[in-house]
Amino acid sequence: MTHMELWIDILIVLLILTNLKLMGSSRLSACIRTVALQGILLGALPLIAGHGQIPFRVVILSGVTILLKGVVFPWLLLRALRTSNTRREMEPFIGYSTSMLISVGLIGLAMWMGGRLPLPVPLKSPLVVPLALFTIMTGLLAIVSRRKAISQVLGYLVMENGIYAFGLTLAQKEPMLIELGTLLDVFMAVFVMGIAIFHINREFDHIDTDLLASLRD
Amino acid sequence: MTMNMTLLQIPAAFILAPLLPGVINRTKAFFAGRQGQPLLQAYYDIAKLLRKSAVYSRTTTWVFRAGPVISLAAVITALFVLPVGGSAAPFSFTGDMIFLAYLLGVVRFFTVVAALDTGSPFEGMGASREVQFSVLAEPALLLSLAAMSLIGNFHTAEIAPSRSLFMSLSEIYARLTMNAWAQSGTVLLLAAGAIAIVLLAENCRIPVDDPTTHLELTMIHEVMVLDHSGPDFAMILYAAALKLWIFCALLAGVLTPVRSGNLLLDTGAVMVGIFLIAVGVGVIESIMARLRLLRVPQLLSGAGVFALLAIVLVLRGQ
Amino acid sequence: MSLILTAIIVLCASGLASLGCGRIPGRANAIGAAGTVLGCLIGLAPAAEALWSGQAQALHMAWPVPLGSFHIQIDALSAFFLLPVLGLPAIAAIYGKTYLAAYSGKKNLGASWFFYTILVASMALVVIARNAVLFLMAWEIMSLSSFFLVCFEDEKEATRKAGWTYLVATHIGTAFLLVMFVLLTHHNPSMDFDHFSAAGMNGASISGLVFLLAVVGFGTKAGFMPFHVWLPEAHPAAPSHVSAVMSGVMIKTGIYGILRILTFLGHPDPWWGWVLTGIGVVSGILGVLFALAQHDLKRLLAYHSVENIGIIALGLGMGVLGMALNQPVLAVIGFAGGLLHVLNHAIFKGLLFLGAGAVLHETGERDIEKLGGLMRRMPVTGALFLLGAVAICGLPPLNGFISEFLIYMAALSGMGAAGVSLSGIAVITALAMIGGLAAACFTKAFGVVFLGEARTSATEKAHEVSAAMRFSMAILGLGCVLIGVSGPAVISAMKPVLETVTGYQNYDVAACLAGSLAPLKHISAAAVIFLAAAGVLIWLRRWLLSGRNPAESGTWSCGYLRSSARIQYTASSFAQPLTGMFGFFLQTHQEIEPVEGYFPSKGRLHTDTGDIFTRNLYRPIFKGVERFLLRLHWIQQGRVQLYVLYVAVTLLFLLVWNLR
Repeated sequence: MTHMELWIDILIVLLILTNLKLMGSSRLSACIRTVALQGILLGALPLIAGHGQIPFRVVILSGVTILLKGVVFPWLLLRALRTSNTRREMEPFIGYSTSMLISVGLIGLAMWMGGRLPLPVPLKSPLVVPLALFTIMTGLLAIVSRRKAISQVLGYLVMENGIYAFGLTLAQKEPMLIELGTLLDVFMAVFVMGIAIFHINREFDHIDTDLLASLRD
Repeated sequence: MTMNMTLLQIPAAFILAPLLPGVINRTKAFFAGRQGQPLLQAYYDIAKLLRKSAVYSRTTTWVFRAGPVISLAAVITALFVLPVGGSAAPFSFTGDMIFLAYLLGVVRFFTVVAALDTGSPFEGMGASREVQFSVLAEPALLLSLAAMSLIGNFHTAEIAPSRSLFMSLSEIYARLTMNAWAQSGTVLLLAAGAIAIVLLAENCRIPVDDPTTHLELTMIHEVMVLDHSGPDFAMILYAAALKLWIFCALLAGVLTPVRSGNLLLDTGAVMVGIFLIAVGVGVIESIMARLRLLRVPQLLSGAGVFALLAIVLVLRGQ
Repeated sequence: MSLILTAIIVLCASGLASLGCGRIPGRANAIGAAGTVLGCLIGLAPAAEALWSGQAQALHMAWPVPLGSFHIQIDALSAFFLLPVLGLPAIAAIYGKTYLAAYSGKKNLGASWFFYTILVASMALVVIARNAVLFLMAWEIMSLSSFFLVCFEDEKEATRKAGWTYLVATHIGTAFLLVMFVLLTHHNPSMDFDHFSAAGMNGASISGLVFLLAVVGFGTKAGFMPFHVWLPEAHPAAPSHVSAVMSGVMIKTGIYGILRILTFLGHPDPWWGWVLTGIGVVSGILGVLFALAQHDLKRLLAYHSVENIGIIALGLGMGVLGMALNQPVLAVIGFAGGLLHVLNHAIFKGLLFLGAGAVLHETGERDIEKLGGLMRRMPVTGALFLLGAVAICGLPPLNGFISEFLIYMAALSGMGAAGVSLSGIAVITALAMIGGLAAACFTKAFGVVFLGEARTSATEKAHEVSAAMRFSMAILGLGCVLIGVSGPAVISAMKPVLETVTGYQNYDVAACLAGSLAPLKHISAAAVIFLAAAGVLIWLRRWLLSGRNPAESGTWSCGYLRSSARIQYTASSFAQPLTGMFGFFLQTHQEIEPVEGYFPSKGRLHTDTGDIFTRNLYRPIFKGVERFLLRLHWIQQGRVQLYVLYVAVTLLFLLVWNLR
C-alpha cells in the first residue's frame, strides 16, 4: 500500500465518521457543520486520488464543490436555523443511539453490497463504493427518521454527497458540465428549501414537518 | 535474555503501576498551576491503608470481603498474558485477548457484587452504570484487538487444517513495527482510538467518570468502593493501578512501534510510552469536562464504530 | 443396548408405581425420586461407554406401526446428549423430592412424578431413536408430559394460560417436523434414519427446504427467536426442578434434532450457517435484554435460556459455515463450542433454577423487588447461586468461559476467509455484548435477591433449605468448576462426537482440535495462578487484619443516618440505564405517578416488559385466525344429530372419492 492510498483510506474513514456523527448528534448547528466538513472532504477526495498530475477541470470541480458544500450551503442553513429559533432536533422518530446502531449495520450492508456490485472500472480504493452506498443510506435514514425540516435538508444533502462519491468512482471522464449542472441543481434546491423553511417558520412558528401533515386537506 | 525480560515484566508492573496515578495527578496539577501531590502518593496511600484496620457494614457478607481479593487476583492473572510492547508475555496462547478481556470482566463482576452487598443506594447506582458502560466497552476492545491481529496476515488465505490465522496478543504486538504502521496506519489509528476510549472508560477517567470526587451522584467507579476500608481498600487501589497499567501497556504497544530486536531498547521505549500515555490522560482530564451520563454511551459506541471500521478496513483493504 | 432399555423401563415403571401411590404423598414422592435416580444412573452407563469407546451400538426390532420400526442406536452424538438428558433430571429428582413435599396433601404428587419420569424417558428415547415414526412419537410424548408438568399448579390462571401457549407452540413446531420428515422420506421406502443418510439429498433445493423446516420445527422447541414465545411463559410456571429440567435439557433436544438432521443432509450451503448465525445473534442479544428487563426471577432465567440457545446457535452457525466452505478448523471448533455449551448450560442453568426454586420455597416470592438479604439467611444456596451466575456470564475460570472461548476462537479463526468475515464480526460483537449484558443481568439478579437487606417480612423469615436440596445444587456447582479447570480433557473427550457431527473422513478431527488444546491448557494453568493468587491474598488479608479488631457499623449512606431497606437500589433502577438504552427493542410499558411537591405523599412506578414478538407478531396472527374461524361458527350447533350427519357425510364423500 502506498502513501497515497493510505491518505485516501484516512479520508474515506473520516467521511464515514462524519456520517455517523450526523446520526449521533442532536444539535442542529453541529449537524450542519458536520455536513459542511463532509462536503469539504468529499471535494478534496479527487485532488488526493489524482496520481500527482491533476487535470485542471478536476481542480475547478473540487474548488466549486468545496466552496458550495463547505461554505455556501452551511451559511444558508445556519442562517435559516437562526431565524427559525430551533437549536435541537427534539424528538426524532428513531433515537440517537439506535440510529448509530442502525448506521453501523448499514456500514456492514454497504460493505457487503460494495463487494458484490459489478463495476466497469477498476477502483482507486475498494472502499469508495461502500462509502458512497453508506452515505446515500445515511441520507435516506436522516430524511426518514428526523422531524425538523433542516434535518431533512441535511439528509438530502448527504444523499447527494453519496451520489457524488459514486460518480467519482464511475465516471472519471464525465463531462464537467454535467457535474456543474448537478451542483447548480442542488444549490437551487437548498436555496429554495432555505427560503421555504424561513417562510414556514414565519407562518407557523415551528418547523416540525409532521405537523405539516395537518395541511393535507 | 528473552526469558529474563518476560519474567521481569510482572515485577515491573507490580512496582511501577502505582506511579501512573501519580503521573496523571501531577500533570493535572501542572495544568491547574498547583504544586500537586507527591509523585509517589499512591504508594503512600496503599502503605497507610495496609497498616490500618477495617470497618465493615453490618449489612455485608463475605461477598463484600471477597470482592477486592478476587478483583486483585484476576488483575494479577491478567498480567501474565499481557505483552509489553514487542516482548512477549509469560503466557501467550491463541485467543489470550479474550481471556484478558474476560478476566477484566471478573474484576467488574465482583466489584459490582461487592458494591451491591452494602445495600447502599449510591453504590447500587454506580454499579448500575458500570455494567451499562461495559456492555459497549467490551465489544470495542475485542474488535480492535481482533483487527490488529489480522493486519497483513489473512491474505495468505489457504488455511492449513491445524493452523489458525489469528494470534496471541504477544504475537500481535511483536508484529506492530514501523512497517506495519506504514502499511496499515489507518487501521492502527482507528484501533488505537478505540482502545484509548475504552481505557478512559474502564479506568474511570474524565470524560466518562471523575476519579477525584467520591460523593457525587455522577460517579461510577469511585462510588462503588465507598464502604471499603483498610487493607481491602488498599487492594482496590492497587488493582485499579494495575488495571490502568494493563490498558496503558495495550495502548502503548500500538503507539510505540519500536521493534528493533534489542529487547532492552524496545521495552524501554514502551515503558516511556506507558508513562507518556499517563501524561496524555492527565492532559485530557485537564482540558475536558465530564460528559453528561447520557452522552457516555455515544462516546463508547463511537469506540465500537472505530473498532468495527478498523476490522472492516483490514478485511477489505488488503 | 439393553441397559438403556432397562433404564427407560425403570423410569416408566417407577412413574406408574408413583402414580399408583397417589393417595400417600410421602411414598409417591420417595418412589418417584428413587426410581428416577436409579433409571438415570443405569442409562448413563451405556452413554459413557459409547463416548469412551466411540463405538455406536444399535438395536433393531420390528414394530407393527406402519412405516415404523423400533430402531434405536447410541452413537457418540446421542451419548453426548444422553449425559445432560439423564444426568440433570437425576440431580433435579433428589431436589424435587423435598421441593414437592411442601405440596403434599394439596396436590397429586404421584401424577407429577409420573409425568416427570415419562418426560425423562421420552427425552432419552428422542436422542436415541433412529426411526422417524419412533422419533416423532417420543417427541410428542415429551411435549405432552412436559405440558402436564407445566400445568402442575393448574388452579392459577397464569399457569393454565402458560400451559396452553406451550401446547399450541409445540404442536406448531411438530407440524413443521412432520412436513420435514415427509420430505426426507420422499423417495425412501422406510422412515429409518439410516436410509436418510444412505439416500443423501440430491436436489440441493430440497435439502435447503428441509434445513429451514428443521430450524423452524426444532427451533420452536429449542427457543430460537422469534419462535421462543412459549418459553418465558411455560418455564416459570412449572415447579422449579421441572423448570431446571425443561430449561436445562428439554430445549436441547431441539439442538440435537438440528444436528441430527444436518448429518443427513450432506454438504451444507453457506447460507445455512448464516441463518444459524443470524438466529444466534438475535436470540442471544434480545434474549439477554429481555431477561434484564424482567422482575420475576424464574422468568428472567427462562429468557436467559433463549440467550444461551442463541450462543449455541452461534457455535453451530460457525460449524456449519466451516463445513460449507471446507474450513475444517472452523467447523470443528465451532461445533465443539456449541456442543460444549449445550452441556454447560444444562449444568449452570439447572443450578440457577434450583437456586431460584430454593428462594421460592423459602419465601414464596418470585418477584426480585421483594427479596433481598438472603445471603445471610441461606448462605449455601447463595454461594452456589453466585457460582452459577459467574458461570453463566462466561467468566473464567468456570465452564461457561470454555465454551464461549471456543466459539470466539472459531469466529476469529474464520476471519478473512470469504463468506465468514462478516459472520465472524457479528459473532464476536454479539458474544462480547452478550457477555456484558449477562454480567449486568446476573449482578442484578444475584445482588438484589441475595445481597443487601431484606425488603419484605416474608424474606426475613427465610431459612437455609434442606440438605438434599443443597446437595443437588452442590453437585451442579462442582460440575461448573470441574469443566472449567479441565477444558483440554473435556475437549479431547468430545472428539468422537465431533466426528459424528461433521462426518469428516478426509480431515483429522483431532488435528483440528489440537489448535484449541494448547490455549485451553494455558487457560487451565492461568486458572491455577488465579486461584493461587486469590489464596495468597486471602491469607494476606487475614494476617493483616488479625489482632486489629475490624469494627462494625451501618452502611455509609453519605451522612444519612436513618437508613432503611427501602432506600436500596431496586432491580428496576439497576437495569434502567440498559433497558432505556435498548428501549427501542424492549418497548417496556411504564406507568408512572411521579413524586410531586415539597412533601410528596406517594409516587408509583410500574414497568412491564412483555414480549415484542407475542405482542406484534403472534397476537395479530392469532386474532386474525380467530376472526376467520368465528365465521365458521354456524357449523357448531351443539346437536348430536348434526355432528353424526357431518361424520356420515364425510365418510360417504371419502368413499365416493376413492371409488371414483
